[in-house]
Amino acid sequence: MTVTAATRDAYGAALEEIGGRYPEVVVLDADLSESTRTYKFAKKYPDRFFQMGISEQDMVCTAAGLASAGKMPFASSFAIFGSRAWEQIRNMVCRANLNVNLCFSHAGISVGEDGASAQALEDIAITRALPRMRVFVPADDIETTQVINYLVAHRDGPAYVRLGRAKVPRVHDEKYQFRAGRADKLREGKDATIIACGIMVAAALDAADLLEKEGVKAVVLNMSTIKPIDAEAIAAASRATGRIVTAEEHSIIGGLGSAVAEVLAERAPCPMKRIGTQDVFGESGAPDELLRKYGLTKENIAQAVRSLM
Amino acid sequence: MERVTDITQLKEIARQVRLDILESTFAAGSGHPGGSMSAVEIVLALYYREMKYNPEEPHWADRDRFILSKGHACPVLYSILSRVGFFPHEEILRFRKLGSILQGHTDMLKTPGVDASAGSLGMGLSFGNGVALAGKLDRKDYRVFVMMGDGEVQEGEVWEAAMTAPHYNLDNLCAILDHNELQIDGFNYDVKDIEPIADKWRAFCWNVLEVNGHDFGQIFAALDEARTTKGRPTIIIAHTVKGRGVSFMERVAGFHGRCLTKDEMELARKELEYPLM
Repeated sequence: MTVTAATRDAYGAALEEIGGRYPEVVVLDADLSESTRTYKFAKKYPDRFFQMGISEQDMVCTAAGLASAGKMPFASSFAIFGSRAWEQIRNMVCRANLNVNLCFSHAGISVGEDGASAQALEDIAITRALPRMRVFVPADDIETTQVINYLVAHRDGPAYVRLGRAKVPRVHDEKYQFRAGRADKLREGKDATIIACGIMVAAALDAADLLEKEGVKAVVLNMSTIKPIDAEAIAAASRATGRIVTAEEHSIIGGLGSAVAEVLAERAPCPMKRIGTQDVFGESGAPDELLRKYGLTKENIAQAVRSLM
Repeated sequence: MERVTDITQLKEIARQVRLDILESTFAAGSGHPGGSMSAVEIVLALYYREMKYNPEEPHWADRDRFILSKGHACPVLYSILSRVGFFPHEEILRFRKLGSILQGHTDMLKTPGVDASAGSLGMGLSFGNGVALAGKLDRKDYRVFVMMGDGEVQEGEVWEAAMTAPHYNLDNLCAILDHNELQIDGFNYDVKDIEPIADKWRAFCWNVLEVNGHDFGQIFAALDEARTTKGRPTIIIAHTVKGRGVSFMERVAGFHGRCLTKDEMELARKELEYPLM
């Protein structure tokens, strides 16, 4: 049976663990510490946890100040609320190249019943556009833990980590080695390549199963680093399979699909399709219902591949 | 670390700093002289009397920090940083030029001695809070000074940060409001009134002091009180004059964001080189 776990849970556990090893790690939250799971760190290291209240802009700039004084801040909120501090992220964090880790949870439409106001579908686009920003979208709990450990070990300036609320199937085993900036090939094939991130990686693997029954062998790449994007892997996939489908729980404008399209257009053009929300807001509903309604299922991915055959 | 506490001497340095502000913006052909000139005495008091720092080691971990949240007023900061030895004085004539270490708004990656990158208003107090929190955590005794403009407090983030500092008892932080009453589109009270500004900060549980921001004696006394006030942050509301020091620039909003013309520069040089004492 497939193990399922939410990436936010892995984040909370990872913070608690690195807190013991790195005294310079500090955590900030904006009144959502239960939901983002930073409360675990707060309980264990209360002196190094800063509750900022419902003040995301203040939180981001305070994290920048802490980083300027040698701390390693992890600042958390929901992706939609953290996004309101975009200009603070640009001018205070990225312009100054500070080691601020923005780990925002509840991204995407799978937030569910809270509806459109809470469903961040543009956060990859706006963070990806920022100079010096690294953007990570882990696919499962195992990868989340490794991304957080990577960030503590590689202090190369700002980072955005996109986390989810819902439990997702584990796509990696314990031996998995996350490599930043490198696509992670989860399945071999020859007829098409599905490039996915976040919760859509599991859906991409399921889509590949469906296609295999029809005699179509699809490569599945987990593109957990959106920036810097693994251009080599994308170009190689284009040359090897000649068909590419991207899948993300995000708008098709500006996210993974756009990043892949940019590489293809310049380096190795081939037919492609983007699975994602189609320039629309979400609405209230159960996560599974929403994923179906907005075209984010394994069936949608498989159909996109078929349309390119 | 340059130390000058004699007020007559400081007044003379202030005159030179005002000339620096005008010369550097004139050479650049742009910049923000008005709000730089209102802040001269305060920034001088910080760098010549109050703060500990080491120009040989700009990133010294125990230094006091100065965060110029009103980053457009960087000409005053650049003048003083060069005069206390962070970089050669002639650099101020390369202000705003391509490749210069002196950017149009402060950039901590490019300028030795600049403790925060600013330029977009409303963010410096939050940043200062972060530095002050790190200082408390590390049990360091450095202090953090944050200068804001008065128009800047129209930014909502200022009040988020104003709530944070007393919540964390940041008595190692001192904010300074350069209250010159003018912003780009005119007087604060015409654009969007910020008064009663002292009451607002008092209501946010700050220790509030008010001074004439051009009177060294009053500035020194306020900085002394801020240093010895424990348990909560202090804000010094400095009543100042925008464009202070040049008669035709004083209280004129137009000099917020433009440099002097050649003719105006001649007049200003005369006034500042032969000040009416």
